[in-house]
Amino acid sequence: MEIGLNHYLVLSTILFAIGLVGVMRRKNLLMLFFATEILLNSVNISFAAISHFYGDLTGQMFAFFVIAIAASEVAVGLGLLVVWHKKHNNIDLDTMTSMRG
Amino acid sequence: MFEAVAFYLFAFLTISMFWITVTTSQALYALTALAAGMIFISAFFFILGADFLGAVQIVVYSGAVMALYSFGMMFFDTTRDVKEKQGNKALILGLSTLSALLVVAIFAGPIVSDNIHALYPVIDGVGNTQQVGLVLFTKYLIPFEVAAVMLLVAMVAGIVLAGKKMDSSLTLMNEEDIHLMNNQDKKVLS
Amino acid sequence: MELFLYTALFSPLVGSMFAALFGASPKTKWAGIIPSILLGVSLTSSLILMLSVVDTDNIVHVELMTWMATGNLYIPFGFVVDQISVTMMVVVTLVSTVVHVYAIGYMDHDKSFNRFFAWLSAFVFSMLILVMSDNYAGLFIGWEGVGLCSWGLIGFWYHKESATWAANEAFIMNRIADLGMLIGIFLVYWNTGTLQYDEAFAAMPSLDHATLTWMGIFLFIGAMGKSAQFPLHTWLADAMEGPTPVSALIHAATMVTAGVYLVIRSNELYSLIPNVGLFIASLGTFVAIFAASMALVNRDIKRVIAYSTLSQLGYMFAAAGLGAYWVALFHLMAHAFFKALLFLGAGNVMHAMDSELDPFKMGGLAKTMKVTMIMMTLASVALAGIFPLAGFFSKDVILEAAFVDHHFIIYAVLLLTAGLTAFYSFRIIALIFHGEDRHTALGFHPHEAYKFMLWAMSPLLVLAVIAGFTFEEPFFEMVTHLLPDTEYHIHSHLTYWIMTIGTQTFVLLSIFYAYKKYMVRDIKVPDGTSAMENSFKYKLLINQYYIPYFYEEYLVKPYRELSAIFWEKVDMKVVDASVDGIANILYSTGEKTRDMQSGNLSTMLKWMVAGTVALLSLAVVFGLAVRHSDSILAILSGLGV
Repeated sequence: MEIGLNHYLVLSTILFAIGLVGVMRRKNLLMLFFATEILLNSVNISFAAISHFYGDLTGQMFAFFVIAIAASEVAVGLGLLVVWHKKHNNIDLDTMTSMRG
Repeated sequence: MFEAVAFYLFAFLTISMFWITVTTSQALYALTALAAGMIFISAFFFILGADFLGAVQIVVYSGAVMALYSFGMMFFDTTRDVKEKQGNKALILGLSTLSALLVVAIFAGPIVSDNIHALYPVIDGVGNTQQVGLVLFTKYLIPFEVAAVMLLVAMVAGIVLAGKKMDSSLTLMNEEDIHLMNNQDKKVLS
Repeated sequence: MELFLYTALFSPLVGSMFAALFGASPKTKWAGIIPSILLGVSLTSSLILMLSVVDTDNIVHVELMTWMATGNLYIPFGFVVDQISVTMMVVVTLVSTVVHVYAIGYMDHDKSFNRFFAWLSAFVFSMLILVMSDNYAGLFIGWEGVGLCSWGLIGFWYHKESATWAANEAFIMNRIADLGMLIGIFLVYWNTGTLQYDEAFAAMPSLDHATLTWMGIFLFIGAMGKSAQFPLHTWLADAMEGPTPVSALIHAATMVTAGVYLVIRSNELYSLIPNVGLFIASLGTFVAIFAASMALVNRDIKRVIAYSTLSQLGYMFAAAGLGAYWVALFHLMAHAFFKALLFLGAGNVMHAMDSELDPFKMGGLAKTMKVTMIMMTLASVALAGIFPLAGFFSKDVILEAAFVDHHFIIYAVLLLTAGLTAFYSFRIIALIFHGEDRHTALGFHPHEAYKFMLWAMSPLLVLAVIAGFTFEEPFFEMVTHLLPDTEYHIHSHLTYWIMTIGTQTFVLLSIFYAYKKYMVRDIKVPDGTSAMENSFKYKLLINQYYIPYFYEEYLVKPYRELSAIFWEKVDMKVVDASVDGIANILYSTGEKTRDMQSGNLSTMLKWMVAGTVALLSLAVVFGLAVRHSDSILAILSGLGV
């Protein structure tokens, strides 16, 4: 059976949905970061797939930059997590409510 | 034929790995499953002929990023389950399913009507890495440089946030002060 | 001439505003003197205007400015001084000037002295607008103005609950009648296209009979309220709660005659609908005897005089209804003089007796109050219609008019009423001034009124005496330029003389009977135990045929209940609740959405996903709409959008 663009897009959507489930579900900050990674990766897949099926390199370029940005985001995010943990000794989201409106 | 087999195999594996990541209560399992998922995604890149991207995926994601996350795992007692107070499961599943369907619907629209056309077309007869290099260093040069600066900034931020003893500068102190600082924390056993 | 018109009209207003400046200050005699002087100025202007009208037959017609000019409706602030209105002007300003001067003395010890004159002059101004206006709208403005000022004056001593109640009763009853009048005015405008008297009356003969009948009926309903005809009569007797000068001015001479003025002014309308005229005459006759019967037994001197006013108003309406408009106007004029005099005399008596109103507690006051006695007696003689005083020339002509037109029932009833009138008037005179002294034992020390008050009353006395034989001829000459000049002469001289002498004899006999009954030695103050007091007839009359009781029980109380229900069930529960409900909805929506900002990252992420889903669905919907826009337009145009 011919694998077309639609298959890849559906796959990407499923992965994105899984990522959303994780984002909404996880109460631990680190687990939240994992879910964010999943989101980014699913998007990468769709970029690459579109790039392949349209013969355009723009998708791959974009995926490339997404990887770079994800990496730096992880670095900064983990740094912040470390600082928070040093202060509160706890990384449960339910305790981080100082932005209460 | 092979492509279909490979696609479905890796698709199944990726989905199951990521599902484990988001649903397991063990932190270590989540980390491992995430790493595995990354690798399988790079397999997709190779299937799609994006060789350079696949390699970068393995090196950066499965390598560097997972290493960072492993470092973050220090903050857990890995023998213990992560206890999480759960929200409304139906709501979560419902929302994500709905968004998935909508995204598919949106993408199915223009593709069916064939509205997309290529901006930077592929040059045949040259390998993928060469093509990436050509495009990257000509048309995407400025984003490339900006990304470099951004990585630098992120690196500095990471060091500052997580490092110890950041208030004193070793290069600006004399020998005696460094010696004093080193011996300060030592406890004499006599 | 226009200058005189404006002077006559606006001087009372200036006086009122001057007195109003001192409304909250303690009594200052200038607040009484200046309005009186200004009213004298108004009187002089009115007299000059009257002389001009009599001499030259010139009518002064001015338009001050436009009030409404919208579409087909044109109503100006216009004033006309013709024969009818100049008569009314002179009567109103004369009696008002006398009352103003009198009130300076009467209200001497009252601390709201200044406010009184403000209201009083404002009343005169409104009345002048009423009589001088040249269209129905201006008439209505004056109508409402006198209603308002009458309210303020009846309820002048507003700390007394009976006074405020009486004031409200007067105003509300007038208002009910005003609804009828407004409908009449609307009918006039609707059918003739204008509210100006001359134009409307010119257009009326071409209208059909039913329309004219309705117009006449509705306008008369307004007159019924103002002139206290049955069934809207109860307010007049209760209006005696106000100070006596108020009763003299308003409830004898001016406001209550506004209804008669309306009928006289609309005589061209009523001439076209003689059936309504007959109804008016019958009603007037009924009121005449109805009021006279209630005055027979009443123990409040002001109330008796009020009932006599009511009775005489009935006479005036009887005359107007029979088509004898000039007779009605003449009787209005004469009546104003002697009735005001009677009220002012009663005011003197009340002042002397510390506001005591029961004549059974007085008696023998002739010794101390000679001048007042003479004045009141002469006024009562005039009221009774004895030749040659003023009442004879007006009342007898009314009787003649009824007789000539073969309305014998009306004639008989009016004749009987004349006898009753004489009886009850002299009953009061006898009880107050003659007989033995009953008041000293009860602790009263009466004295005559101030000299200047008596001087103020004297013009009225003079006029009450001479107005009949002096003014009837010239009056007839003048007024019949506008009014139909039917003369009521009985063809056979013999019949005429029998009638006249018979009437006079009957009246004189009533007077003697009154004196005989009430000038005796041993009259006791009735205390509810005598046989007559407990008889059915007496009870019926002294309770005013139980009509006020009926109104209170069957009209006022249910209305009050209804209002309470509307307040509680509709206003509070529906209107207030919905307004509060809207505010509540807004407030509670705010409170509930505040929980969105919980500070919990997980919750916020869920909200983010939900928002994204919403936006995605919008994108899908719009995308589909754009793709299928042609078919959507086709559907919408099919639905008619």
